[in-house]
Amino acid sequence: MAWVTVECMALAIRATGLVKKYGDVVALDGLDLEVEQGTVMGLLGPNGAGKTTAVRVLTTLLRPDSGRAEVAGVDVLARPKELRRRIGVSGQYAAVDEHLTGFENLDMVGRLYHLGAGASRARARELLAQFDLAHAAERVVKGWSGGMRRRLDLAGALVARPPVLFLDEPTTGLDPRGRVGMWDVIEDLVRGGTTLLLTTQYLEEADRLADRIAVIDQGRVIALGTADELKSQVGGERIEVVVSTEEQLEPARREAALLCIDQPSVDERDRRVTVPVAGGTRDLVELLGRLDRAGIEVLEAGLRRPTLDDVFMSLTGHHAEAEQAGEVSDDPDDSDDSDDSEGVA
Amino acid sequence: MSAVAEAVSDAAVITRRNLRKILRVPDVLVFTTLSPIMFVLLFAYVFGGAIGTQDTGVGYREFLIAGVFTQTVVFGSTFTGYSLAEDLQKGIIDRFRSLPMSTSSVVVGRTVSDIGINVVSLFVMSVTGLIVGWRIRTSVLEAVAAYVLILLFAFAISWIMAAVALTVRTPEVVNNASFIVIFPLTFCANTFVSTSTLPGPLETFANWNPVSSVTQAARELFGNVDPDAPVPDAWPMQHPEVYTLIWVVIILVVFVPLSIRLYQRAASR
Ligand SMILES: Nc1ncnc2c1ncn2[C@@H]1O[C@H](COP(=O)(O)OP(=O)(O)O)[C@@H](O)[C@H]1O
Ligand SMILES: [Mg+2]
Repeated sequence: MAWVTVECMALAIRATGLVKKYGDVVALDGLDLEVEQGTVMGLLGPNGAGKTTAVRVLTTLLRPDSGRAEVAGVDVLARPKELRRRIGVSGQYAAVDEHLTGFENLDMVGRLYHLGAGASRARARELLAQFDLAHAAERVVKGWSGGMRRRLDLAGALVARPPVLFLDEPTTGLDPRGRVGMWDVIEDLVRGGTTLLLTTQYLEEADRLADRIAVIDQGRVIALGTADELKSQVGGERIEVVVSTEEQLEPARREAALLCIDQPSVDERDRRVTVPVAGGTRDLVELLGRLDRAGIEVLEAGLRRPTLDDVFMSLTGHHAEAEQAGEVSDDPDDSDDSDDSEGVA
Repeated sequence: MSAVAEAVSDAAVITRRNLRKILRVPDVLVFTTLSPIMFVLLFAYVFGGAIGTQDTGVGYREFLIAGVFTQTVVFGSTFTGYSLAEDLQKGIIDRFRSLPMSTSSVVVGRTVSDIGINVVSLFVMSVTGLIVGWRIRTSVLEAVAAYVLILLFAFAISWIMAAVALTVRTPEVVNNASFIVIFPLTFCANTFVSTSTLPGPLETFANWNPVSSVTQAARELFGNVDPDAPVPDAWPMQHPEVYTLIWVVIILVVFVPLSIRLYQRAASR
């Protein structure tokens, strides 16, 4: 029965009721997820939401306490080795061998996929060229930059041309230029028809790359849909006004509260008031009039559609990107946090 | 490919990867070549003068070389454990785990590549030994048999260290834990002194210690013993090759499956 459903809906990933606990910490709390073939699913959530745990379970690296999952038509728990032939994984930390050269890394991966010596070598060269790493092919990875390692790791995930690909925070730790470069690479891949599950803490990234977004928080999906659907779920548009002094923030907020459909939010550092409204430009004109009459000086004003951050705010009561301070480096020596845990049976 | 062919091929890929590091990681190169040279010279010139007066039947340097060989490869097995624990902590292990490779290959590749490291160490030590006056006084065949026996024993011990590493999973802890075992094992033996010089219970321990039997077998096969000198009156010393092989088989039968299982457990978390 389950098989038939998978075929009909052409699901590349289906997870039901995944639970994973680390002692008292519930990393996955009954996670359900469906990803259609050939689409990009963005798993969006702050640090500690359970994104990495979800990816590790779906890629056979971690056994869940309960729940089921099928990826590329293969039962993850029952036939892990079979599944590994059909997926590519690029984790949050680059899984590359720093004492090997770029070429040797990919060649080794090819051989371990049992592609054969000739095909492994050819594929390694091809990927090094595709990821703009050909110039470093014969250099030991130890001296490479974080961005280069990241690209090599992604290339490693693609060696066997897997139909389903998992990328765990592919741009975390990259500088803005590296991030845009990685986005281009990922968009190219997806154009080729690969199903992609992508995790990210960056709203902008999910918005740009994903067809559908699953917002996850504390180990479960709290909202699901396209970026537009999620935005309209929040309802209305946002007026943003920046006032000239801090003292004017509170009176501005009070004026705004009179016409908005939800509570306005205040950003003290930027002296900005954000107001969800239903009436669009009419409300903007109305609010500006009120502020003017109240003697509040407005430096900037505008109307925008809700962003994913607004979505997160209204779903969870906190910002999605609040915890960015602890941004991780992609030093390959950092082992993944789940590698070395104590007290895990 | 059949499962067995795949397992062999995967282990070969991992072996090759490990061997590449010998030349690339300075620590490994020093460990493999310089420290064995140091051991030969240290024992030949520093201890040789003090211990050399006792009755070993042949010149002390001749006596001690087989002991240094055994000691070095047994010490070397900690490297197996250390590297394996280190691999478990590095990012690359996640790549291995996500590949459809045989689950035994990481451990098999490790222990097999450490045979390669031991071959290099033995070669370097043999050349150093020849320079300081050690000689092989038997046939090529017997000498080869001696080397093979030492390598087999080292291979078996490295599987024990693999199991230790996969249990504790921290490279430094592997080092410390293994030295507690390895020091007494290699020194309460005939490696540097004849067992008859040891006090009662220690002598018995040394005579039944497989490190002694490997060393004794190698000495006999190299022709580094006085044929007229009495062999210690203990079965293992009388039949050192057989006794050593029995140990090798027992260790492998227990620790190969155990280590592979431990790896699978470590890898499925
Ligand atoms: N090996 C582990 N031992 C204990 N707790 C863990 C382990 N791995 C993850 N966690 C916890 O599980 C939760 C989810 O973690 P993770 O999946 O890494 O989140 P994300 O990738 O979204 O940042 C966090 O609270 C984290 O601290
Ligand atoms: Mg994560």
